[in-house]
Amino acid sequence: MRRGPALLGRTGWLVFAAAAILALVVVPGLATLPPPDSGLRLPAYLVPLFGKYLCYALLALALDLIWGFAGILSLGQGAFFALGGYCMGMYLMRQIGTRGVYGNAELPDFMVFLNWKSLPWPWWFFGYFPYAMVMALVVPGLLAAAFGWLAFRSRVTGVYLSIITQAMTYALMLAFFRNDMGFGGNNGLTDFKDILGFEIQAPATRLTLYAVTAATLGAAFLLCRFIVTSKLGRILLALRDAEARVRFLGYSTAGAKLFVFVLSAMLCGLAGALYVPQVGIINPGEFAPGNSIEIAIWVAVGGRGTLGGAILGALVVNLAKTWLTDAAPEAWLFVLGALFILVTLLLPKGILGLAARLSPILGRRLVPARSGSDV
Amino acid sequence: MSSTALLYLDGVTVSFDGFKALNALSLVIEPGELRTIIGPNGAGKTTMMDVITGKTRPDSGTAVFAGIHDLTRLDEAAIATLGIGRKFQKPTVFENLTVFENLELALEGNHSVGYALLHRLGPDELDRLDALLARVGLSTRAEDPAGLLSHGQKQWLEIGMLLAHDPQLILLDEPVAGMTDAETAATAALIVELARDRTIVVVEHDMEFVRDLGAKVTVLHEGSVLAEGSIDAVQNHPRVIEVYLGR
Repeated sequence: MRRGPALLGRTGWLVFAAAAILALVVVPGLATLPPPDSGLRLPAYLVPLFGKYLCYALLALALDLIWGFAGILSLGQGAFFALGGYCMGMYLMRQIGTRGVYGNAELPDFMVFLNWKSLPWPWWFFGYFPYAMVMALVVPGLLAAAFGWLAFRSRVTGVYLSIITQAMTYALMLAFFRNDMGFGGNNGLTDFKDILGFEIQAPATRLTLYAVTAATLGAAFLLCRFIVTSKLGRILLALRDAEARVRFLGYSTAGAKLFVFVLSAMLCGLAGALYVPQVGIINPGEFAPGNSIEIAIWVAVGGRGTLGGAILGALVVNLAKTWLTDAAPEAWLFVLGALFILVTLLLPKGILGLAARLSPILGRRLVPARSGSDV
Repeated sequence: MSSTALLYLDGVTVSFDGFKALNALSLVIEPGELRTIIGPNGAGKTTMMDVITGKTRPDSGTAVFAGIHDLTRLDEAAIATLGIGRKFQKPTVFENLTVFENLELALEGNHSVGYALLHRLGPDELDRLDALLARVGLSTRAEDPAGLLSHGQKQWLEIGMLLAHDPQLILLDEPVAGMTDAETAATAALIVELARDRTIVVVEHDMEFVRDLGAKVTVLHEGSVLAEGSIDAVQNHPRVIEVYLGR
């Protein structure tokens, strides 16, 4: 009897389990067990780098949920990421306490430098970790809710939505660059000392942050799978292709889109909050419109409408970026642009689509036939 | 106003840049009625459907469903939930979903986002979906993407989707356009059978098909009603011959 698609097929669970073992057993094992001078030992600097990649993968997953399944090409996901990052950054700033350059227990260094006398209200309570974490989800979620409510209710779709999301992240970038916004201006927030009492630069802390990121990515993947295999997933696919028709069936398409858009923004905020302690800085550059466009390229490269492909695309493109910006830094942007053009022209279903073409049996399990190639 | 009418339109006017698509249109559909609407291109047939389903707001006039619901104030989703289903001229099934999933989306019931997220199909719904598949003759195509169906099969699927939604009033916009003669005759039989327990309004050009339906006919012309009656009475109406049939 048909009961709708399963959360994951057998092949899907096998791949998921293999990825989980690789990320949560093999990598931490190689980072700690072999003697420090052995060739098997994972260099310490790679752990936060991997953690950074997994944050990007979470971003790509969040975009694929709305772009691949609901046709919402948001080019402002970087804004939600940066807002989540700032929430974590504010918590980390409050942990510095008297260890700052000016030794002020109450105010971060940049506020002392600007001659401010008291902590501005947006910073209140950010010394408490649970509050900061809730805010890392709530702030991006509220922005997405307000923005999405206005856009979806007015039936702004397609390229117009993409453009206004770009404008949103650009406007936020300009605002955060201003010193009197109270978030550190163009220097952003940095010089973090510790998180939950653990020294932030210590290898054990970094490994823990990496592992938490990997586990979060796995949980977020299953959450997204749960959504796209539910009836809501079918509604989203249907409205991606013929929104007016879905409205006539009596569904609120604006409501369905708003739900996934807000959820996607919260996942981006979570990715930002996990990213900041691992890279040690958050500044307004994270709001740059180009960052948000790059996320769309990762998803397109991996395979839109597949979730797993988005994660794969983020990892592959960023590994290539790390290697190439070292080997030939000036070439990277050209390579990225060429990659996007080639994928659009030759691989409309991305890497996973290519795998499906080369191996039809494996492909059918990995790429559902319905993952459309239309933008 | 008539208290028994299922659909009551009175003095409905819609203009686009000065052109009156509907000009003080009045129409009363009784519960259980099967009604055919004909008229030349530009007579306002599609605009009338748009007003009833909330896609177009009239400039003036009344549109009331079941005696209490003011259709000029409700949006499309709310009107669909009230029990008005519409089949468009062009088949608009969801090509990336299977035939089965198309029907699943069309089932009546709770349409909220949270319900759609958490609900899984129960045995009752599965039985109902299988019955619908059989009724429109698509049981063997249940797992195929709807995009692979022929034009006629897409029209059938769409009628199945209307039935799944269990509407009180069905609006069919040129249901047999592009169908073969055999498909057209079968569609007429299906519509007559469906009309036994619900109200149906059919807009059609094909006069053979209109005759097969054997229902009361309303002729629209320049946005208002020109004539109303049996197919024979309408075909012999001098004004109708002049503006439409005699061309």
